[in-house]
Formats: sequence, C-alpha cells, structure tokens
Amino acid sequence: MDNLEESKSRFILNEYGVANVNATDYPGGFNCEEPWSHSKFEKKFSIEIVRYNKTEMEFDLIGVHAAIANAFRRVLLSEVPSMAIEKVKIFNNTSLIQDEVLAHRLGLIPLRADPRMFEYKADPTADPTEQDTLEFELKIKCKWNSSSHKDATHPDDLYRNHNVYSKHLKWMPIGGQADIFKPDQVGPVFEDILINKMRPGHEMDLRLLAVKGLGKDHAKFSPVATASYRLLPEITLTKDVEGEMAERLQKCFSPGVIDVEDNGHGRKKAKVKDARYDSCSRNVFRYDDLKDSVKMARVKDHYIFTIESVGALPPDVLFIEALKVLKKKCTYFLDELNENSNNK
Amino acid sequence: MKLAELAGDEAYGDKSRTFVFQEEGHTLGNALRCIIVRYPEVVFCGYTVPHPAEAKMHFRIQTNGARAVDILRRGLEDLSKVCDHTTTVFQEKVTAFKAANTS
Repeated sequence: MDNLEESKSRFILNEYGVANVNATDYPGGFNCEEPWSHSKFEKKFSIEIVRYNKTEMEFDLIGVHAAIANAFRRVLLSEVPSMAIEKVKIFNNTSLIQDEVLAHRLGLIPLRADPRMFEYKADPTADPTEQDTLEFELKIKCKWNSSSHKDATHPDDLYRNHNVYSKHLKWMPIGGQADIFKPDQVGPVFEDILINKMRPGHEMDLRLLAVKGLGKDHAKFSPVATASYRLLPEITLTKDVEGEMAERLQKCFSPGVIDVEDNGHGRKKAKVKDARYDSCSRNVFRYDDLKDSVKMARVKDHYIFTIESVGALPPDVLFIEALKVLKKKCTYFLDELNENSNNK
Repeated sequence: MKLAELAGDEAYGDKSRTFVFQEEGHTLGNALRCIIVRYPEVVFCGYTVPHPAEAKMHFRIQTNGARAVDILRRGLEDLSKVCDHTTTVFQEKVTAFKAANTS
C-alpha cells in the first residue's frame, strides 16, 4: 500500500496522536473522495454477519462513510418505535415508594409487544383504544405468612408478596386484543425485575397504560440497550520480534491478538493472529525496543456494528426498521419537494 | 410542511440555497451532506443545527450552475437508494447466516 492509498484508507495510531484524520470530503479537498456514484457504492459495500442471537448481534458494515453508519446508529437509538408504560393510574399505593417514583420505575420496564402492531396515540388525553394502548394491572397486597415457623426471621418466610416483580403485571386486553395477541406475546420481557418491596399492610392497586413512542421523546422507548460501532483495528509487525521481546509484545495487546510461536530453531517468534478485538491501547509505545516494530492502524470504512436489543424485537428486525425510518425521511422530503415544484 | 427555504439567496439565482428541515437533526443532515459534497457540481455543502433546543436543521448547498433544489433532490434519492441497498444485502446475509447456523 503506497502512502497516498494509506492516508485515504487507514487511520494510523501513532505514539502521540492519530494520523490521517483530517476530513478530505469537501469539494476540491486534497485527495478528495471520488464523485458519488451509486453503482460504485454497491460495488464497495458489503455486510458480514459475525454473531447473532435473539437479543444481540454483531456484523461488519464495510464500504460506508462514517456519516451513514452513524445515521443508522442514531436512528436505532432514538427513532425506532417501541412500547413502554406511559401512564399509571394509582388507585392505592401504601408502599414506601412514592407514586411518581413508582410510575417512573414502571415506565422503564421493557415490554414484550410488537410496536409494528400499534399506532401512535395521537391525542394523549383521548381514551385508550385497542389500536394504540396496552393495559396492565398491578394489584398486590403484602400479608403475614400464617404458616411460617415461629422462629423464622427471613422475610421470605415471614411475609407473602413482600417482593413485587414484573411477573405480577397482569395484561388486561382491550377490545379484541385477546384475539390478536397470545398471552405470551404481551408482557414484560423479563419476569424477575424487582419493582417494589413491601411489608404486611402495604398494598398497590394500579392500572398501567403502555403506548408506542420514540427514544427521542424518552429513553424508555428506545428499542436497543446499545447500538454502537467501532473501526476494525489493523496491526502489522514491521520487523521480526523474537524471544523475550515476543512475549512482552503479546502482553501489550488484548488477549488473542498476538500469537507467540516456535520458529523451528527453539526461538519464539511473535505473529499477529487476529487484531479484530484489540482494544488499541498504546502499551507497546512504553518499550523503546518494541515500538518501532509495530504499526497500529484502523480501517477507515470497516465498521464493526453491534446491536443489543432490549428484547421486544430481535436485533436484525430493529436494523431493518431503522433503515426503513431513514428511507422514510428521504421519501417524505422528496414528496414535499415534488409538491412544491408542482405548485409553482 | 417540514421543508422551507431561507431568504437571502435570490440575487444568485437558483445556484445556492439554505434549506430548513423541521424536526430533523444530525442524523439526516450529516448523512445527506456526506453524499452531496461528493457531487462534482457542488462547490459548497454544509449543515448546522442552529440551536440544540430547537428541532431544526439548516442545510446549505452552493453549486457552480445546477439548481440547488435539484441537487438536494438527487441527494435524497441517493440516500434512499443507499438504505434500499443496505436492506437488501443485510436481509440476504442474515437469512444465510440463520440457515447456516440452525442446520
């Protein structure tokens, strides 16, 4: 790779500071990126799925500009809808948590409900309907456990219902909701979220209304725990590193990045095994004898994208939804432009 | 209406405009900018969110002849094509990954 090519495609992690970070994407900029062409983008672009399960996924987004990758991330965080408890009607609450704190706490419980099946509640004061609201009931009273042993001291033995968990939320279908959703499709994502602790005589009688919302309105509506990306690290050894130095070099990087193997003559030799999960700490630069044998870089257009879903929808569906939201923004403004030009 | 134009560019014809996007911010602004700056006819392109408490984004385009509105339209079309292509590739890869890992 020649210098020009390198300055275009790699950030170089030097002992002090990072090189090649200057933005060159302005008209007429030095080594300005080539003109935008969709076919060239399609040629360069690729995705590699690395890890996938119901709540988490990791994939490589290759050949995109930081602004595009960041747009995907920002949309995931704050503009993909999800359901969360928005209103709590409190009929009775004699527990130690104040009403408003309790209501806030309930709002943060992740709900298992497909937001695509619901509409936004246009008027917040209107009565809830089956299209825009999920209703839950939390009715629970703490009592003495009459069958406990007389020497018992543990709260679990002494009381009944002294811990209130998310499993105590009871779904109350509105209208025809019971026909549309099965009971296991609606409810808290986790059964064991502690909501409140009570003592005999304390009780709660609440009605909870969950609506569809966006993360930019309140973080409880964000469908992801995190969505983030990092650039692919690249480590190259420019010189042979052998013996004790090889082991020292290995310790400078994250585990699994550098491999020390026998070179056949009883001497150990360092080799880069997999730089992908390196933390990119500059530890090597502490050693004068090692720092000239390593080159650390990051690939400018290779994003390692991680999505952790809160649990209502799988992460791949969330990413697709995010893409739809971004596309909808574009088509919305295109429509408006076309309307304007028709009116003139 | 969520799209408007800022006054003050009439003297220069259609070449330069500042568009005001309501309810938008860095998400659309930066993504759109990174595509539009790379059009050869664009002399300047930039965006700003004038105040963090107002959901508004100003998007400026200056060209060496083409109409700024047409450039904006092309930018939006290209960005939406990027979304389409990403969706297709992503769906393809996820299906393949799921098939390979369940069998």
